[in-house]
Amino acid sequence: MACLLEAPLRISVLSEVTATSRHYVDRLFHPDPQKVLQGVIDMKNAVIGNNKQKANLIVLGAVPRLLYLLQQGLSSSELKTEVLGSELRTEVLGSELRTEGVVVLGSELRTECVVLLGSELRTEGAVVLRTECVVVLGSLAMGTENNIKSLVDCHIIPALLQGLVCPDLIFIEACLRCLRTVFISPVTPVQLLYTDPTVIPHLMSLLSRSPRTQDYITQIFSHCCKTPEHQTVLFNHGAIQNIAPMLISLSYKVRMQALKCFSVLAYENTQVSMTLVNVLVDGDLLSQVFVRMLQRDLPIEMQLTAAKCLTYMCRAGAIRTDDRCIVLKTLPCLVRMCSKERLLEERVEGAETLAYLMEPDVELQRIASVTDHLVAMLADYFKYPSSVSAITDIKRLDHDLKHAHELRQAAFKLYASLGSNDEDIRKKITETENMMDRIVSGLSESSIKVRLAAVRCLHSLSRSVQQLRTSFHDHAVWKPLMKLLQNAPDEVLVMASSTLCNLLLEFSPSKEPILESGVVELLCSLTQSDSPALRVNGIWALMNMAFQADQKVKGEIVRALGTEQLFRLLSDPDTNVLMKTLGLLRNLLSTRPHIDQIMSSHGKQIMQAVTLILEGEHSIEVKEQTLCILANIADGNTAKELIMTNDDILQKIKYYMGHSNAKLQLAATFCISNLIWNEEGSEADAMTGCQERQDKLRELGFVDILHKLTQALDPNLCERAKTAMQHYLA
Amino acid sequence: MSGQSSGCGFLMSVVVHGDSALNEQENELNQQLRRLYPAVNELETPLPRSWSPKDKFSYIGLSQNNLRVHYKGHGKTPKDAASVRATHPIPAACWDKHSYGYHGDDGHSFCSSGTGQPYGPTFTTGDVIGCCVNLINNTCFYTKNGHSLVCDLTNHLSIFVCPQPNLYPTVGLQTPGEVVDANFGQHPFVFDIEDYMREWRTKIQAQIDRFPIGDREGEWQSMIQKMVASYLVHHSYCATAEAFAKSTDQAVHEELASIKNRQKIQKLVLSGRMGEAIETTQQLYPSLLESNPNLLFMLKVRQFIEMVNGTDSEVRCLGGRSPKSQDSYTGSPRPFSSPRHKASGSQAYLTGFDGGCCNGVMSSKAHPSPHSHKPCPPGPALLAPAAELSSLNGSHSLQQPNASTDVDMEVDHFTNGVTESSSNGFFNGTSKHGAQTEDCDTDMEVESAQSKRQLCGGSQAAIERMIHFGRELQSMSEHLRRECGKNSVNKKMLKDAFSLLAYSDPWTSPVGYQLDSIQREPVCSTLNSAILETHNLPKQPPLAQAVGQAAQCLSIMAHSGSGSCAFAAVDDYLH
Repeated sequence: MACLLEAPLRISVLSEVTATSRHYVDRLFHPDPQKVLQGVIDMKNAVIGNNKQKANLIVLGAVPRLLYLLQQGLSSSELKTEVLGSELRTEVLGSELRTEGVVVLGSELRTECVVLLGSELRTEGAVVLRTECVVVLGSLAMGTENNIKSLVDCHIIPALLQGLVCPDLIFIEACLRCLRTVFISPVTPVQLLYTDPTVIPHLMSLLSRSPRTQDYITQIFSHCCKTPEHQTVLFNHGAIQNIAPMLISLSYKVRMQALKCFSVLAYENTQVSMTLVNVLVDGDLLSQVFVRMLQRDLPIEMQLTAAKCLTYMCRAGAIRTDDRCIVLKTLPCLVRMCSKERLLEERVEGAETLAYLMEPDVELQRIASVTDHLVAMLADYFKYPSSVSAITDIKRLDHDLKHAHELRQAAFKLYASLGSNDEDIRKKITETENMMDRIVSGLSESSIKVRLAAVRCLHSLSRSVQQLRTSFHDHAVWKPLMKLLQNAPDEVLVMASSTLCNLLLEFSPSKEPILESGVVELLCSLTQSDSPALRVNGIWALMNMAFQADQKVKGEIVRALGTEQLFRLLSDPDTNVLMKTLGLLRNLLSTRPHIDQIMSSHGKQIMQAVTLILEGEHSIEVKEQTLCILANIADGNTAKELIMTNDDILQKIKYYMGHSNAKLQLAATFCISNLIWNEEGSEADAMTGCQERQDKLRELGFVDILHKLTQALDPNLCERAKTAMQHYLA
Repeated sequence: MSGQSSGCGFLMSVVVHGDSALNEQENELNQQLRRLYPAVNELETPLPRSWSPKDKFSYIGLSQNNLRVHYKGHGKTPKDAASVRATHPIPAACWDKHSYGYHGDDGHSFCSSGTGQPYGPTFTTGDVIGCCVNLINNTCFYTKNGHSLVCDLTNHLSIFVCPQPNLYPTVGLQTPGEVVDANFGQHPFVFDIEDYMREWRTKIQAQIDRFPIGDREGEWQSMIQKMVASYLVHHSYCATAEAFAKSTDQAVHEELASIKNRQKIQKLVLSGRMGEAIETTQQLYPSLLESNPNLLFMLKVRQFIEMVNGTDSEVRCLGGRSPKSQDSYTGSPRPFSSPRHKASGSQAYLTGFDGGCCNGVMSSKAHPSPHSHKPCPPGPALLAPAAELSSLNGSHSLQQPNASTDVDMEVDHFTNGVTESSSNGFFNGTSKHGAQTEDCDTDMEVESAQSKRQLCGGSQAAIERMIHFGRELQSMSEHLRRECGKNSVNKKMLKDAFSLLAYSDPWTSPVGYQLDSIQREPVCSTLNSAILETHNLPKQPPLAQAVGQAAQCLSIMAHSGSGSCAFAAVDDYLH
């Protein structure tokens, strides 16, 4: 019954609302300009804080009309003569009653009239109308994301940008305020700021107009600087010189926005960072200004953002990692940001920034690892949502849930960074409560960010021989890792396969179970990837797998990879891929029976590939590796003949024995040494073969070269040549 | 092997000494320590500044002003370990109960037991290890080379210290030839302790700022208004009180006439016209002085002093000369307290600006008198000493340390943690009475023209009158002693007053401070309180009481080892 009674009532209220909304819009079309102005002002008062009203007005087409009025005002002066007299704006957005302590005066009544437009009375009608229009638009933008979309679709941005050329400061501030609101929304394409090349320089020139323009413009910059190109555009238009003085502004807001802007500009940008480091603000270096902002009694937001600026400057090489301001200021500040006392968001940002700061520097990693028990502190990141929050407070639970993923991935990132170089730190990390379990479950979390960070962490820890032998095996980390490799984006695959490489190292107890899980196919498919990083990891893992492997494994690798793919990899444009492929070949061609077997089936192609590489333009390392393969081939029983019967190759070996690089000389000598090797107790025909080879090589002049090499400066080379000569004598 | 602790400070760093300007160094050190230990009064509880040559094992040698420790034992077994502790505990040894330590060889932390647990990194030659005891949350942490090793409170490694027994900074050594240099705050610490303290200061202040102030609407405000009104009434600012009561819709609990009477008397006292003040008091409150002979005695002694000064009405008419600078008292009390209040220093200048006269702070010895003639806005140079003095923790005096006599005086009027004297406040100038202001103006001019002060204004008749009055005072004192027994306060008061005559220029004499017009304040305040008491009104305004209570509360907190008081000075909240 109640429902039935209520329904018509609601409808009538709704229609009433729409009717009033329509009335507001209709008044914008009144022929009398003064009525229009009054209409806009009434509209302004109607929409403040009323999302429903905002949506209604947008639907009813208020925006295009407001924009029309705005642009009309810009071009014509029809309203100019109208004297509006003393229009007193009293938009009291909140009166605050503050009683301050035991001040003798007792209570101080402060009514803060946030007069959006200032209290200046203006007689110029056009400007007043335009300003009011912008204020209404700004108010509409304050609503939902849909409102912003509608405004952007109505081309509000170019209209407002155009308005910035007007000399009236209050109008400019209103435009900037509205632009700020629009641009900081995620639904607005940032590119719109850069379409007109005159906009950025003009905004730069407006920075000096007032603290408000400073506040709004820097906010716009901070939100619209998303790519290196954006950074460059802002940099080229003098962002640094224009914004730096704002860091010592009297207004906290302005200081804070300037700081944020610098953090965005300096991120991964050497040019900006290198410039920043030399900027003086009121006689102080910018880095000192930032350091002052790290002071513990300042708002956390400021400390954190200043620490970011210093971090980015350090990573860009503008500040040394052993600089006091990094070691004793930035790093401890970031560690504090990870503490339990901070908000969840702050802890996430703090941990991520810290991870980034110390990533390349083991000394910073060592300092961070002991500062304020960071390793233990991070363990808390995994305790959200806590069991308490679930029961006591739904709001809290919601908040915790929202941040739980972010917290976990940030902690994994930081652990990864901490453990990337130092064995003791890795040990400390793995010994942290349930750490390995957390990584294992992190690998299969739904959030890709968490999975990626978890595998990064695992990768970092997998660089430890000790951990590979112990915790990695105990927790069977290979299982989720293999699962992760089945179906993951490239980003994750790179990290996961790289980790797998380490797990496949010969001393890793996980190697066996991984082999049994049919990893070969997977790795072979990785070698066909478009991403060089994945190809490297794939072939690298195969190389590790083939190291001292038995015949069965080797056969499986060759079979699965296929000679065609193998040779394709040997001509890979990426040197890393080539090196690892050669490494794989070398590992395959070890122990005599394996050598002979592989060479008997693929000898021809391998010799071709070797020739090709030795003839090609390759680095010393590649050639050395190739010569090592030849040396392995020369160690075979039957495989030897493939070299002995190939004069071209023999000439090449001779050439490299006389090369200026001792490494290549050594590898080539190794090869020859293997060819002339005369093994005791071997069969007669082999003896005969040996004699023949020795004769042939003598004919080709190798003995003379060896003789010469016994005088070589390099002790290894000299030793190797002497041994070879001894075999000749034998 | 070491176990050390310190208030909010750190131990151990390389000590460098420069022997020149030792005094200056000493001063600087005092100030540094004061910054590190904001709530500590070293007169009561001296801070550790070096190792104690008494409290040490024989294997320990000390040098470098007892800051360097070296080990002389053989160091073969743990039994050969030796330790030394500091000269004083932290106002508020590591294998023992209630001792805490951090060991270099294994990085373990020891808390009240012989078994340590893994805590931080190990440390060795060249490392700088610090220890900080936080008396706010009763924890302790160590630092290594400026990096803190603080624990989350939920971490089992957190070191909770029991502040009950005194904590002595201590180091222990066991390796032959081992040397440890200590820094008790003489030099800047490697760890940024100031920054750490700033954070805690902010935390405490935020806690105070966020303190819930009653939930019923307007309750807090009306309470404050009442306090302000009662303060105004107490100090008899009738016009302001009336206006304030009217605008805040309050009732005044004292008759206007009564307030005006008190105001009149106060005005007389503050302008040095004691004779008239006494007379007026006797007229208006006939029984007051009769029943309160000690008060009357005090007033008379003050009258004697004013006679010497040449300001009392009785000698003024005889002398026929213009009164002294001391006469130029504004007649306006300063907020709640004592001359040490830093606001009053700058306030005075502003006052001078308004009313054309300066108050006692200016003419006090610490500030050369020229300032008092030229009302000028406070500049950095003038404010500097005030700022410095405000950091004189626990001392009640504005004056420089050598003017120790002033301290005594202040202490006399120190009640409930704050000197409840009348004082020159924010209403200065607004509550002023036209006639008085004019008086002052002329006085000022005269004063600046004449530089030499003369006894009783220079008149022979006045001097005779003064001497005669002195004799009366002497006999009154004797009479009082017979009636009410010995009174050391009265005795000293009289002795000090008479001592003025022993000097050719009483103003520059060691007892000359009595002639300072600022000394009228306590007299005025005592008389005012006595009058109010007879009317069954509080002898102290609630506002002053609240401030005094807060200050007293803080000092009790400091004594009982509650650390947060260090970051909550009442002065911070008096603007």
